[in-house]
Amino acid sequence: MPSDYPTKLSELPKEERFNSGHRLCTGCGAGTIARLMTKAVDKPLIVVNATGCLEVSGTIFPHNAWSVPWIHNAFENAAATASGVRAGLDVLMRKGEIPKRDIEVVTIGGDGGTYDIGLQSISGAIDRGEDFAYICYDNEAYMNTGIQRSGATMHAAWTTTSPVGKVQQGKKRSKKPLIRIIAAHGLEYAATASVAYPLDFVRKVKRAVDIKGPAFVHCIQPCTRGWRFDTSMSIQVARLAVESRFFPLYEIEWGHKFTINHPDKKASKIPIEEYLKYQGRLRHLFKPEKNEVIINVIQEYVDKEWNRLLELCKHSEM
Amino acid sequence: MQMTKVLGMMGDFAVAEAAKLCNPDVVAAFPITPQTIIVERLSEFVADGEIDCEYITVESEHSAMSACYGASSTGARVYTATASQGVALMCEILYLVASARFPVVMTVVNRALSGPISIWCDHNDAMLARDSGWIQWFVEDCQEAYDSTIQAFKVGEDRRVSLPVMVCLDGFILSHSIEPVAIIEPTDKKTIDGFLPRRDPLYRLDVDAPIAVGTCAFPEYYMDIKKAQNEAMRNSKEVIKEVVEEFGDRWGRYYPIVESYHMDDAEVALVTMGSLTGTAKTTVDEMREEGERVGLVKLRCFRPFPIEEMRIALRDVQACGVVDRAVSFGSFGPSYAETSSTMNTGREGPLFRNFIAGLGGRDVTVADFKKMYEILYDDLKKGVVEQPITWYGIRKEV
Repeated sequence: MPSDYPTKLSELPKEERFNSGHRLCTGCGAGTIARLMTKAVDKPLIVVNATGCLEVSGTIFPHNAWSVPWIHNAFENAAATASGVRAGLDVLMRKGEIPKRDIEVVTIGGDGGTYDIGLQSISGAIDRGEDFAYICYDNEAYMNTGIQRSGATMHAAWTTTSPVGKVQQGKKRSKKPLIRIIAAHGLEYAATASVAYPLDFVRKVKRAVDIKGPAFVHCIQPCTRGWRFDTSMSIQVARLAVESRFFPLYEIEWGHKFTINHPDKKASKIPIEEYLKYQGRLRHLFKPEKNEVIINVIQEYVDKEWNRLLELCKHSEM
Repeated sequence: MQMTKVLGMMGDFAVAEAAKLCNPDVVAAFPITPQTIIVERLSEFVADGEIDCEYITVESEHSAMSACYGASSTGARVYTATASQGVALMCEILYLVASARFPVVMTVVNRALSGPISIWCDHNDAMLARDSGWIQWFVEDCQEAYDSTIQAFKVGEDRRVSLPVMVCLDGFILSHSIEPVAIIEPTDKKTIDGFLPRRDPLYRLDVDAPIAVGTCAFPEYYMDIKKAQNEAMRNSKEVIKEVVEEFGDRWGRYYPIVESYHMDDAEVALVTMGSLTGTAKTTVDEMREEGERVGLVKLRCFRPFPIEEMRIALRDVQACGVVDRAVSFGSFGPSYAETSSTMNTGREGPLFRNFIAGLGGRDVTVADFKKMYEILYDDLKKGVVEQPITWYGIRKEV
């Protein structure tokens, strides 16, 4: 790990640029992600925010939790908005209208604004090679509107639009492979992260903003309201997502060079059940009786994806 | 008066030349017929270094307007152009640009909306945006398209206004017709000889003085924000008049927001927007030769709607036909509804009739306008308008 990346949380800047007073729920990791992001960037920063929990909770007029310039447009267009901000800054600096500065443009959106409604605008911005970093905080549903399924919702999870009924047991399909879709654009840097591993997240955000061009960080963020667990358990669940290999931590450079970077690589793999059992949205897999079939299907999916990742890493070394 | 050169050019070329003259900092656009030539020309200007501009080749009109919003937030001068489905796709963001008070200038090359798909002219695309908070002008010819584009930046960026401006020109009828256009050749290209100084924004995203743009407003604030926006729109009318006056004094071409043509002693009048105006003026000339007391009112500025000016323009006529190149299904045409409502606050006023005409590029000729005036004379004879909405020029079998 290069020396300019912090090795302890205490090495992060003390200055707060996403402040207390926001209206995010108790135990919500989105605030942690926003706060850590501003500390990771540690430079003049403009934040572009897609509509979602973080957006609506941080800036209810006339209040504002951000002490950096912040802009929100709509749900599906944060990446296009960021393209405009970047272009405006670049041209005005070039023309001497504003002072020449190294200003980072960081775009942040939830899984709804990233996986689904915003995917086209993100693809366009990456395709154009816009100089910006995009951070997706993935809480696996449209949480801001009250827990509706998204392309990020895991298989079998209950949401208000993938209910558990007599003939349907939660969401029918697995998560959309977002990071591979993003990486397929061939951008210099894309990475997954978890709110349970702040130093890993900080390192990845730093790397993303240092790149001239588009970069992408995809961070899993368990939602206490939508996943139905106690507000004290957000970080624990986010760690189990990684330890169970449901949401492995890895980086993809130039669309093809894969590197797994689990901070605790040596830890033995935890069965998926350990991750699932804390989540009320998956209660139907355990009560009234255990649904071994679906749990096995999820375990097989995790194993298959992990093996695919190992293969891709092996290919990268060749 | 300053020197100008007259060239023959299509409307789209004229608009691209005008946009270039205004030195936009950022252009974000997506091609769509019949706007394409504008964005092609601008990308050539950028490629040849004729303008110093960031040109964002977005993947959709939705992203075009989204990028315009982002770019304008930095204080940049921003331009785009679209048509038809493009307006429809960016509609959501039009409201946000206006609400954020970003003076983006957009050319709308008017084209019918699908379906059925049609590439030809009508105004329903711009009418989609009539309540979005954009200033909207409809131009009569290529010269006016050129001049209006330049005026649009000055009006929109005026701190008393700070609103986006939409300049609408009729697809193909103007966009692809070659007309003589007087080109401005300024000595000081940076400011068009002082007419258009650099944008001085009300606010901008500044890392030294952070602000939040696009926040959430609860019921305690939302309505007041909308009221303030409406005040800006209403105030813009006087600024438009000032700018048009200054432009006219410099270059000799004046564009009143409501133009009265032979209205002094007119008995019956038509109201038109866009290129229909030119044909209607010819009709008035011919009918005046024949001794008919007909007149015409050209509604150039649709937003803000010139309530007082329309009332004054039409107060002395006995019958008035409002021609809409747009339709609001199950109701009156949009400009009819607004024009007639300005007159009916008192009991006195002309008889009113709405002509829905020229949708999807259907031709409206001098003979057609003559027929419309005749229908109005019939109304006058009867003293009453029985069926106020006439779909003019419908196929007999329909």
